[in-house]
Amino acid sequence: MDTKTISRRDLLKSTGVLVVGFSFFGTAAKVLAQGDELSVDGMDPTVLDSWLAISKDGTVTVYTGKVELGTGVVTALAQIVAEELDVPFKKVYMDSGDTDKAVDQGVTAAARTVERGGVQLRQASAAARQELLKLASVRLDSPVDQLTVTDGVVSVVGSPAKKIAYGDLLGGKRFNIKIVAAGIGWDMKVAPDVPPKNPKDYKIVGKSIPRVDLPEKFTGEFIYSQDTKVPGMLHGRVVRPATSLSAPASIDESSISNIPGVVKIVREGTFVGVVAETEWAAIQAARALKVTWSEPTLKMMSGPTEVFDYLKNTKSFKDTVVVNKGNVDAGLSSAQKKYEATYYFPFQLHGMMGPPCAVADVQGNKATIWTGTQGPFRTRDSIAKMLNIPPKNVHLLYREGSGSYGRLESDDVAEDAALMSRAVGKPVRVQWMREDEHAWDPKGPAQLSTVRAGVDAQGKVIAWDFTDRSLPWSESENNPLLASTQIGMKPTGPGFLNGAGGGGQIYNFENQKVVASNIPWVQQGQWPLRTSNLRAPGDLARVFASESTIDEIAADQRVDPVQFRLRYLTSDKRISEVLIATAKKAGWTDRPAHTAAPSAGNKAAGRGVAAANRANTMTAAVAEIEVDKSTGDVTVKKITLAHDCGLIVNPDGLKNQIEGNILQAVSRALLEEVKFDSTGQKNLDWDSYPVIRFNQIPEVEIVLIDRPEMQPLGGGEPSIVPVTAAIANAIFDATGARLRQVPFTPERVLSAIKA
Amino acid sequence: MARISLNVNGKTRVVDADPNTPLLYVLRGNLDLHGPRFGCGLGQCGACTVLMNGSTMRSCMLPVSAAENKNITTLEGLGSVAHPHAIQAAFVEEQAAQCGYCMNGMVMGAKALLDKNPHPSVSDIKSTLNSYICRCGTHLRIIRAIQRVANASVKA
Repeated sequence: MDTKTISRRDLLKSTGVLVVGFSFFGTAAKVLAQGDELSVDGMDPTVLDSWLAISKDGTVTVYTGKVELGTGVVTALAQIVAEELDVPFKKVYMDSGDTDKAVDQGVTAAARTVERGGVQLRQASAAARQELLKLASVRLDSPVDQLTVTDGVVSVVGSPAKKIAYGDLLGGKRFNIKIVAAGIGWDMKVAPDVPPKNPKDYKIVGKSIPRVDLPEKFTGEFIYSQDTKVPGMLHGRVVRPATSLSAPASIDESSISNIPGVVKIVREGTFVGVVAETEWAAIQAARALKVTWSEPTLKMMSGPTEVFDYLKNTKSFKDTVVVNKGNVDAGLSSAQKKYEATYYFPFQLHGMMGPPCAVADVQGNKATIWTGTQGPFRTRDSIAKMLNIPPKNVHLLYREGSGSYGRLESDDVAEDAALMSRAVGKPVRVQWMREDEHAWDPKGPAQLSTVRAGVDAQGKVIAWDFTDRSLPWSESENNPLLASTQIGMKPTGPGFLNGAGGGGQIYNFENQKVVASNIPWVQQGQWPLRTSNLRAPGDLARVFASESTIDEIAADQRVDPVQFRLRYLTSDKRISEVLIATAKKAGWTDRPAHTAAPSAGNKAAGRGVAAANRANTMTAAVAEIEVDKSTGDVTVKKITLAHDCGLIVNPDGLKNQIEGNILQAVSRALLEEVKFDSTGQKNLDWDSYPVIRFNQIPEVEIVLIDRPEMQPLGGGEPSIVPVTAAIANAIFDATGARLRQVPFTPERVLSAIKA
Repeated sequence: MARISLNVNGKTRVVDADPNTPLLYVLRGNLDLHGPRFGCGLGQCGACTVLMNGSTMRSCMLPVSAAENKNITTLEGLGSVAHPHAIQAAFVEEQAAQCGYCMNGMVMGAKALLDKNPHPSVSDIKSTLNSYICRCGTHLRIIRAIQRVANASVKA
């Protein structure tokens, strides 16, 4: 590569030549990506210089372990820093996801990035501002409380001529001060003793500043992980069957001898890959290579029915009891009327548009990795473990991939690239093919939720017993990923739990139990039904079950479903306000579900509502739909959604996220299900695993509720949660039929109508 | 391997490639044009779209030999951040992307549509772009961006 090496130290010396304009991933990023002389094992969070640097021209460079996943979150983080430091937004440069430069702030996931990472950066910036004011106080011979900062220039109140810019105060030098930092990852508390700015004075936070990464994404100038090129780079492809993985009994090397440019067939444990000089040669070779796979030791399940039976009949290894108050059994036995139902949620794909891609360069006991991981440090550590070298010998440089919705917390392809690079001693770029990603994407797990509820003679809910049975994430921290498993590493535990939110704990019932049971599932590496976190993990299925049940009770009791919910939403006024705001915006008029005048002909219109609390972000959705009763086709006409995630950092960025969540939710509700039988996974492309397209999108209306007095909360995934249930409830409103299994395919809708 | 002469973004480019190589890999690998992206390799998602003699073409399926003597336009051929095409500028105005991986297809699809029909209805836009996938769910913004271009051309 023809770019020169710029280190943190060089950057401090720079006078603005380096960063022209404001671009995370353009020219500056290409330059910055080339290495760093200060190669240390991550950065010390108690050293202020680990977080940010101010160069002579006043450019603020922020070193963050948080990464842009296409949600706009790095723009939001930059706003937080600019605000706290009182510098122009354009003066902030985010150096993101470089394990030799950044503090490990944990993975970028679970909509925790603004909520936790943002607050960490805010506090580091507040500490920096405090120190800069101290320095200015000496230089300007004026007490700190007489100083004010505008656009990175400190001046004395009342004597504007007495001023000095941040760049002149510190440019080229380190802060050399310690700050308080305790805890690890996203739970780390940074400089909690430093008072941040009063939100009343915010000028940058709260503004819809356009995303810095987007212009290049519309012109082809943006560098994705898929676009990474390093000198001498070869191309690799993995060879894995789309069914249960076993050992390669034999490999017929002559099957690819006619393909020019093949460098090596890489075989290690059960891992098979091919490396070639060009990408096309690698693709052809991976397709043509004749591998005879031995009989798998583990047979795939025969289909969803067997999975749901397994979920039902297998003993939980861990019950998360979220609520247990009163006596549910007594409540149920004294109930005037009881309701009981089971809800089924399938395996679903993350469905990344671009199959994951990484470049690895393994040389001796050192490795450099360019990849789109959501967890730069997690991937660094997993690769170090796999290669059996110290983590500090792995330098990971983040390059954004396509939207991943949780999928790239398990960065399989980086491991594939590292194995292949080690085998050939050269940098190797590996991208998965579409069928690799559809098959081996660690999926959102199947879930089975049962609800029992009872009402008294007055129609009041007096018992609520909710149990979710879910598979954990087989691919989670401390468990080896695919390639690691293939070379013989073993899982250390059952995996990470699939959450416990959404089981009706937003409501206050006098006898109430909400339990998330976790069913063992370490089938890791053996078959394609691997599991991991899929956007708002677990909550979508649980809210589908709990909010369908609430709706069912309300309809049966002939009460309007919004009013019915409000009776029990007494523990947090934010959620009732969100529900009321949604209903108002949607033009909701009170009536029990399924009591509107029937629509003419085969088309029946309906509306449904649902509410959710995901990690303290409150959402409520109203769905307006139409069902064709002759075909079972459901058309979602409009989704209205109100959203309260505390302080809003970037309103348009948040709206973009909510729109996307809504459309993805409609897609998952109507279309998406991983299909398989004992011979393997069946849907390996977009035709057999359809996702929402332009002709299926609803109108969307969003109400943002801003709470400047609160901390910012997550906006990347909570709004996906209530939509599925709102659609199911709308189908009931239209037809009187209750859908208890996702997706709501025409067959299922027809059969529910006929039942 | 063969020497193949291509006309890409108004320039003649000669490459050495297996004539059966899909155009996508030649654009990305040989010519460093990474606007077109690999999404599925099956012509199902549209991320690899280029214009060939003005019409959209899925470059992941098209042998490079079939592109000889044709005018190929990639996303880079429309404009740059410094000098964006009206469609690219409208997409920025509407902040019409999240991860942006599908944007090559969306912008190129919009270009072909607007060239033929400068004032498409929402339903024209939807039916034209129905063969392009966006997983992040930015469809509504994409429609608004295309309408913005169409409306601007009314005023002009």
